[in-house]
Amino acid sequence: MAPYIGTATSRIDGIAKVTGAAKYAAEFNVPGLLHGSVVTSTIAKGRITRLDTSAAMRVKGVIDVLTHENRPPMADNDQAYKDDVAPPGSPFRPLYDDKIKFNLQPIALVVAETSEVARFAASLVTVEYEEVAHVTDIFAARDAAVPIKPPASPVGFTPPKARGQPNRALARAAVRHEGEYYVPIEHHNPMELYGATVIHESDGKLTVYDKTQGVQNVQRYLCGVFGMKPEGVRVLSPFVGGAFGSGLRPQFEAVLAVLAARALERSVRVVLTRPQMYALGYRPAMVQRIALGADADGTLDAIAHDAVTATSQFEEYFRQETGWSGLLYKCANAKYEHKLARLDLPTSCDMRAPSAPTALFALESAMDELAVALELDPLELRLRCYSERDQNHDRPFSSKALRECYRQGAEAFGWNKRNGAPRSMRDGSELVGWGMATGIWEALQMPITVRIALTANGSAEVACATSDIGTGTYTIMAQVAADMLGLPLENISIKLGDSTLPNSPVEGGSWIAASVSNGIATTVAAVRNELLELAKKVPNSPLANAAPDEVKLADGMIVDERDGSRSVSIADAMRHGGVERIEQEETTNPTADDSRARNTHSAVFAEVKIDEEIGVIRVTRVVSAIAGGRVLNTKTASSQILGSVVWGIGMALHEETLIDHKLGRVMNANIAEYHVPVNADVHDIKVIFVHEHDDSNPLGVKGLGEIGIIGVAPAIANAVYHATGKRVRDLPITLDKLHP
Amino acid sequence: MIGFQYARAGDVTDAVRLMAGDPRAKFVAGGTNLIDLMKMDVERPSMVIDINRLPLKEVEEVPGGGLRIGALVRNTDLAYNALVEERYPVLASALLAGATQQLRNMASTGGNLLQRTRCHYFYDTATPCNKREPGSGCSAIGGQNRMHAILGASDACIAVHPSDMCVAMAMLEAMVRVTGASGERAIPFAEFHRLPGETPERDTNLSAGEIITAVELPPRGFATNYTYLKIRDRLSYAFALVSVAAGLELEGGTIKEGHFALGGIAHKPWRDPQAEAALRGQPANAKTFALAADIFLRDAEGYEHNAFKIDLARRCIMRALSQAAAGTPQSQSSKKIV
Amino acid sequence: MPYTLTVNGSERSLESRDPDQPLLYVLRNALGFTGPKFGCGLGQCGACTVIADGSPIRSCQLPISAAQGMKITTIEGLGTIEKPHPVQAAFIEEAAAQCGYCTNGMVMTSAALLAQNPKPSVEEVKQALAGNLCRCGTHDRVLRAVMRASGRQKT
Repeated sequence: MAPYIGTATSRIDGIAKVTGAAKYAAEFNVPGLLHGSVVTSTIAKGRITRLDTSAAMRVKGVIDVLTHENRPPMADNDQAYKDDVAPPGSPFRPLYDDKIKFNLQPIALVVAETSEVARFAASLVTVEYEEVAHVTDIFAARDAAVPIKPPASPVGFTPPKARGQPNRALARAAVRHEGEYYVPIEHHNPMELYGATVIHESDGKLTVYDKTQGVQNVQRYLCGVFGMKPEGVRVLSPFVGGAFGSGLRPQFEAVLAVLAARALERSVRVVLTRPQMYALGYRPAMVQRIALGADADGTLDAIAHDAVTATSQFEEYFRQETGWSGLLYKCANAKYEHKLARLDLPTSCDMRAPSAPTALFALESAMDELAVALELDPLELRLRCYSERDQNHDRPFSSKALRECYRQGAEAFGWNKRNGAPRSMRDGSELVGWGMATGIWEALQMPITVRIALTANGSAEVACATSDIGTGTYTIMAQVAADMLGLPLENISIKLGDSTLPNSPVEGGSWIAASVSNGIATTVAAVRNELLELAKKVPNSPLANAAPDEVKLADGMIVDERDGSRSVSIADAMRHGGVERIEQEETTNPTADDSRARNTHSAVFAEVKIDEEIGVIRVTRVVSAIAGGRVLNTKTASSQILGSVVWGIGMALHEETLIDHKLGRVMNANIAEYHVPVNADVHDIKVIFVHEHDDSNPLGVKGLGEIGIIGVAPAIANAVYHATGKRVRDLPITLDKLHP
Repeated sequence: MIGFQYARAGDVTDAVRLMAGDPRAKFVAGGTNLIDLMKMDVERPSMVIDINRLPLKEVEEVPGGGLRIGALVRNTDLAYNALVEERYPVLASALLAGATQQLRNMASTGGNLLQRTRCHYFYDTATPCNKREPGSGCSAIGGQNRMHAILGASDACIAVHPSDMCVAMAMLEAMVRVTGASGERAIPFAEFHRLPGETPERDTNLSAGEIITAVELPPRGFATNYTYLKIRDRLSYAFALVSVAAGLELEGGTIKEGHFALGGIAHKPWRDPQAEAALRGQPANAKTFALAADIFLRDAEGYEHNAFKIDLARRCIMRALSQAAAGTPQSQSSKKIV
Repeated sequence: MPYTLTVNGSERSLESRDPDQPLLYVLRNALGFTGPKFGCGLGQCGACTVIADGSPIRSCQLPISAAQGMKITTIEGLGTIEKPHPVQAAFIEEAAAQCGYCTNGMVMTSAALLAQNPKPSVEEVKQALAGNLCRCGTHDRVLRAVMRASGRQKT
């Protein structure tokens, strides 16, 4: 049987999605279900002085209106609200008290028999506030920003230590570049709105269908907030309509739905509106200064990278904004600083490759500007500065096929035909520009537990509490299990997205592929061992002398790898042993080895065509060459990169959350005026996976959900420079920035 | 969506009568603007009068060469109507530049005329807006105003009219036919939409109780030399930063008559007779177009985030007139500017 | 007030106090058709698309009063797991459904397009799908799927 790993296996959940059978969190209907509509704050900071719900309560069909004044008890300590990935600080407590911390903060929940009645009644709730001055502009808060404090948040990074003598090196550099770069706040805007359906069972237990990237994280959180026993809450999320980081932490729709379910002892559904999605986390805006110093031949001698990002007043969220250059470019002298500004907004959060797309926009634009100053081809500069080591921790990489990415990407793109001078390439009324950039991301693996149940008829069920947020987890789990158990794909069923299933981390950081695939491998080994024991008991067993690591499972058989003719069928072994079903559950931990850096890399090449007179920009070609370790499924992996490149186009040209700083409120809080790329914006995108072997985990998997976005925005910005001679250092690059 | 009455009109007289009985009533046809405004609590009519049964669904030739478009003709049907494609292709092009296929399938001609601004502040009941609540202030002045007006604005309101269809109709000098309690009348297109002035809450010069029954196009359609050029922040499915509907009648290389109207820059589609006069009798070249653009934009005034529109409008006028002169209209499906 | 709708070939009756209630909520909550999706409720994203009398429309903007007398088809009525519509089959082959939430709008709009125009050009497909937003970035694969379903491979 040909292996499934590494092939373009179709998604096993595809048919459910295209026929409308796949159900998302707000689609589980039960008789007597009530609907909640959220009322949100219209000021950014202060407190509620008066909440009048009487008009809402008089509407026929309204059951209740919950506010901080009449809500059931909630925990009164920070610890109860800290979820698995909470940053340091005091987590936000929905409907807890009268304090307003950000605009669009949820302040009441109207519960009614239908969603329309709930929404109408919600519009009748009147609120009076005592307002105080707010700050929502990172530029206004910049001077008060303070350096990041260790210890790091979970999975967080502090800036690397300085090395060498960067000030002196910068001062004596033959060629110097210094610039300030800005990326605004961006919102995830997944297509599915955040929603939770809480089913109040007859025994008082709660079954919660929630939109989330981590059902167990939500389950633990709800238990903590409401003082419930773990057996009393089950959280399910079989399908998620995109999340991109917005669902790593529990969101307030789950809290409000549970509040109402407990208060009313009824089943309740709460769905946020699209404007209310802007009350959730977001990619923090960043202002970065980069100074580069180089010799005339293009060897880097000094890097200074400063970043200011923003968080809320009550939690300190940050990621690694400055250290990427230490992984990419050889440079003896470097210094880094990362400061956090406080804004009267919700806490910022992870959004598709947190920090790297923003940091690399600054770094890769700066490198391009340095190349211009050096009169060197930008790709050539990257090659001359290439670092074989992680200079931040002075260690080698587990694997780094970035040179191949540069080479194959450039070849596919036709980079050697580039005329380096700006405004030198044209196509009729359009200026043509070619730009490139490097991408880099982490390759992490998390502890995970996988359970496998195998029946004598050759079917297997693989279970784990992990999620599929559109990434293809269902499918890669089935492929890996099918290959390792030696069974056809159709005999594998996958159970995920259920808090009662074996432990899984939240789905983020691109780490699920590596974690769950290796988790399956470990559990399959346990299944194999049990099968071998049974096989040995079969009379005249050909496997009598085989050791566990000498056999494998293939084509429904237990096979001696040294001699393929020695085999016992799984069915025979189990039947003979009188065993109908085998079940094994194992936890897999990543090897605790910090001696090597583990990263994915990419080279991105972009072509833009810009109407010279009007300034309209079209991204006509992108080539993305990825070194991402072993590719489990070429179709889903390719989809991840394609989708990420589209995100990169959006980041470069379109996306920006527009805040009215006087009002402290998001003004494009919908999905028409927050511009995500549309069909017309997407042209020719080519994805190349370069061969890269890695042994950080047995399967050599690195994860590919995020690397694709990194480097796209600077490649496009660099292409815009090449086309027009105009350098734009703040995103998005809208046409007015080309003709000021 | 609750808390109002619902009525269904059988004919025009019925519709007028129902509306006369309740000043806070609204007509609904396709619902692609009103339903959204009601969901956002921007519009709170006391009664919604469904007019989908009215016999206003035809596109008919008018003696003398013009066209009469019933107010309930759907945008898609209008865009693909054979007479429109042949005689008024600028109108078809403008329609296809707007919204999306699904919205165009539902939206009506009358509704398109009456659609309200998409100003962020107008839509957000938490923010001051003179159009929504007279006297409360204009948050766009001094706020997020990239999408706002550079001509014809006032201290009370700087919103723009979002329609593409209306820009073409303005350029074509359409006539809006309305019926009310006092009978029928025809409103020249240039007088249909208002400037904000001191009363931004009034978008149009429709009197209380009047219903649009048809839009009439005069015989001149600029079918040979025309274009609709729409520039926006993403390549499709966004409102215009600036749009231009242009039509020329050429004699050799000379402009006999030229019309052009701009969208995205004012409370109504903007036409300037003086700018058009500067085209008349002149060679169809960049110098002529530049002069017309300068006249057109002489009073243009930008705000903090939209001053770039002045220069952009100039470039768009030049380009659109060039496209029209060359007989190479902008395709709405190809995103490369011709 | 009672309403009768024809959905996927069957007559369905329901009560509503609100004649302007958008069809989307009726389909999802009252009638159990969760295929059409709630992505914005304001006609901005296309996830709610259904086919009404042959035309693809935003069900979040079609009042139930207007839906009476129309033949409504939702994705559940387009094809089944056993017998998918050619567009649905093509979506699977081209891996055009990622998180799956925009898929309803993409599939219904494409199916309506092919019913009117069996051999569309790439530009025509892009135009038809202009208002269907996708945050996973499946645009290219959706395009391939539609071209595949129309029997013409995209080069």
